[in-house]
Amino acid sequence: MDKKIYQDIDEVIYTKKLENGLSVFLMPRPEMEKTYAIFTTKYGSIDQTFVPIGESEMVTVPDGVAHFLEHKLFEKEDGDVFADFGKLGASANAFTSFTKTAYLFTATDHIEDNVETLINFVQDPYFTEQTVEKEKGIIAQEIKMYDDQPDWQSFMGTIKAMFKNHPVNIDIAGTVDSIMKITKDDLYTCYNTFYHPENMTLFIIGNFNVESLFTLIENNQAGKSFEAMGDIKRKFPDEPREVATKNLEINMPVSIPKCTVGIKESSSALEKDEFLTKELLTTMVVDHYFAKGGEFYQELYQAELIDGSFSFETNIDFNFGYTLIGGNTTKPTEFASKVKELLLSTRNLEITEKEFSRMKKKKIGRTLRAMNSLEYIANQFVDYHRHGINFFEMTSRIEALTISDFNNFLKEWIDEDRLAVCTIKKG
Amino acid sequence: MNLIEEQTVNKNGYHIHFIPTKKFKTLTFVIKSKAPLNKDTITKRALLPNVLREATKNYPSRTELQLKLDDLYGAVLSVDGAKKGEDHIISFRLEVANQRYLPEKEEITEEALQLLSELIFAPHLENNSFAERIVNREKATLKQRIQAIRDDKIRYANMRLIEEMCEGEAYSIHVNGYEDELETITGADLFAYYKEMVKTDEMDIYVVGDMDPQYIEEAITTIFERDSINKAGANQTKTEKQVDKPKEIIEKEPIQQAKLHIGYRTNTVYSDKEYPALQVFNGLFGGFPSSKLFMNVREKNSLAYYASSQVESHKGLLFVFSGIAPEDYEKARDIIREQMQEMKAGNFTEQEMNEAKDMIIHYLRETMDNNHGLVELFYQQKLANYERTLEEIITKISAVTKEEVVRVGEKIQEDTLYLLTSEGGN
Repeated sequence: MDKKIYQDIDEVIYTKKLENGLSVFLMPRPEMEKTYAIFTTKYGSIDQTFVPIGESEMVTVPDGVAHFLEHKLFEKEDGDVFADFGKLGASANAFTSFTKTAYLFTATDHIEDNVETLINFVQDPYFTEQTVEKEKGIIAQEIKMYDDQPDWQSFMGTIKAMFKNHPVNIDIAGTVDSIMKITKDDLYTCYNTFYHPENMTLFIIGNFNVESLFTLIENNQAGKSFEAMGDIKRKFPDEPREVATKNLEINMPVSIPKCTVGIKESSSALEKDEFLTKELLTTMVVDHYFAKGGEFYQELYQAELIDGSFSFETNIDFNFGYTLIGGNTTKPTEFASKVKELLLSTRNLEITEKEFSRMKKKKIGRTLRAMNSLEYIANQFVDYHRHGINFFEMTSRIEALTISDFNNFLKEWIDEDRLAVCTIKKG
Repeated sequence: MNLIEEQTVNKNGYHIHFIPTKKFKTLTFVIKSKAPLNKDTITKRALLPNVLREATKNYPSRTELQLKLDDLYGAVLSVDGAKKGEDHIISFRLEVANQRYLPEKEEITEEALQLLSELIFAPHLENNSFAERIVNREKATLKQRIQAIRDDKIRYANMRLIEEMCEGEAYSIHVNGYEDELETITGADLFAYYKEMVKTDEMDIYVVGDMDPQYIEEAITTIFERDSINKAGANQTKTEKQVDKPKEIIEKEPIQQAKLHIGYRTNTVYSDKEYPALQVFNGLFGGFPSSKLFMNVREKNSLAYYASSQVESHKGLLFVFSGIAPEDYEKARDIIREQMQEMKAGNFTEQEMNEAKDMIIHYLRETMDNNHGLVELFYQQKLANYERTLEEIITKISAVTKEEVVRVGEKIQEDTLYLLTSEGGN
């Protein structure tokens, strides 16, 4: 195991890539009660067209398979995995995003048994016609729950307005129709391709003995065999630079309309360093103008175009990226045109030295604060690792940014044809 | 086990609680300000923290206040109001990077405390009152928040259930206040209430992080000054209500998924010696994915995506929440009631009970790894006027017997069933 100490933040991490390709990260935090473990595959809802392992032709699977598969891994011939974790006093969960599927638990006791349970259940699929059929009812209820949530509709609506072809525009859980078409063979095809150890990371942080936990993981993996695997071939359609639809309206029986402005940040593949710089600059600039007290926030707030529900988020990935800015508003049309006007004005704005130093201070302090959470550290680390970036070197990357990086970024950031608006209101 | 403990001192009109720990890279300050839940004051109490959050004497606008926070390495200031039993609690929270991790080890702790004190005790005033402009703007925001509850169907159904179930009891008061009342509040009204609140509310200060309690105590004592401790005493309002016949309320809205929520009276509160048994009861019944509700409503019958239960510890209530297809209403209701009967009849194994205990203890210990969770854990005890160490809490849960779980179950009564369903079906 490779041991690295980060003195400035008081953290230690042990790393090892096992023979079968699995990347293992252990971070001891003996002062904590709990341990958090997350077992992640680089496989999400956008990975729909790919060459299955051992084959040579591209296949396309129905919408919602990655999420369906996540549900089904919890069911085994002899029962439900939640119950196994329950017996060990742990709470387990899982989630599927555009680019990842993750299985996780938190436990305050029986850490080694729980780790073994986690690895074994993810590496031991049990899909039958019957269990796949049974799950359709549960997932249909989950989809319908999302159908009634204006926040989720607003999120997906904006993504759909921005992206014309990229599968990020498909609902992560699929639709009631698409999931009905899913078969156990679809699940096995996806499972065998994307759940290979080479495509996965295991990150564990908390209160445990490093040596003994590592030995357990290594022995567990040595006892299983996986066929050799090359790079996974995925296919993504060409995506235009500009948004698909400038204005999308969704009818829902809401009391207060919702409006979101989406910035299509990128639509083509980014290299590692380019990716990180773009991500840091985008998140820091959006925060500077739109966080509470920021210049744009104040303007929107004073004009009564936003309320406490106002929020923003940026997500930059390999071949897609977006920023969403929105919330509840009684005047959606005015909100959208004001946000667009403010965004377009950034081309002529410059960040001052004073603002620049404050932005860095804020980013450093907020990163420290976020590191109070073991979940945050693990999730961020795994996410950046996917891009070949070491999360613990983030502070120095922030320090290295210059004021001209920001000002150059501002000149190029916004184009009118990369802005989309999604409005939710009563028809 | 070596669990975190709090140290408490009463000084300058506050109860100050220190929770020293090396778990976090920040220092967290939380001020809890408590008053009885009351329909006449609730709307003002909902509005007040948001008005205070906008500006202070030395930072007279949102922008200036925010820039100060950003300068303090992105310190995070938040305010909110919450219902605990029949008390209303306003929380002021400030979280600031622990200076030992800063690039230049800058001294920011005292400045941060100063700012927090100013936020509560030195608000921005115009003509000896709150600025009308700020009050009006915050009224508009609060009005939208009150209206937006309707769009979150789970919260809305829960609010309607409590309204129906606790009609005439203080607990039914809405935590965000009332729209009609809100219209009439002026800056002067709010300022008059503010003066009363800082005088009469019971205030607790919590400090969590890697600190020298003596240094922090000195800083707090210098910065925070109040005339007297107002000890209104714990306002535990256990209601021993006998339910003759459970109420059933069905309402319709244009929605896809129906929300079936059921409220029960547990007749057991946090300070009762039976409370640990109630926690175990809830763990077996609906607290976890391994519980009866999840296993039967979701796993065996595929009726729901979620089906769970939760205990309200100060008032003595238990709630069941589930999201179902509208046509499955009767079936889901019968299964939920059946599970309650199974629990009361003691139809669970020793092993299931021990697993439920382990899960409760697990969540409790997990909460101790969260700075705000720790504060809530200790404050819950403070509210119930029943303070024990975390170790004692765990020991009591471990010691619960099956007989005690059944006995606590006998006291649980269904009070109200609330169904929010689609306009088309059922």
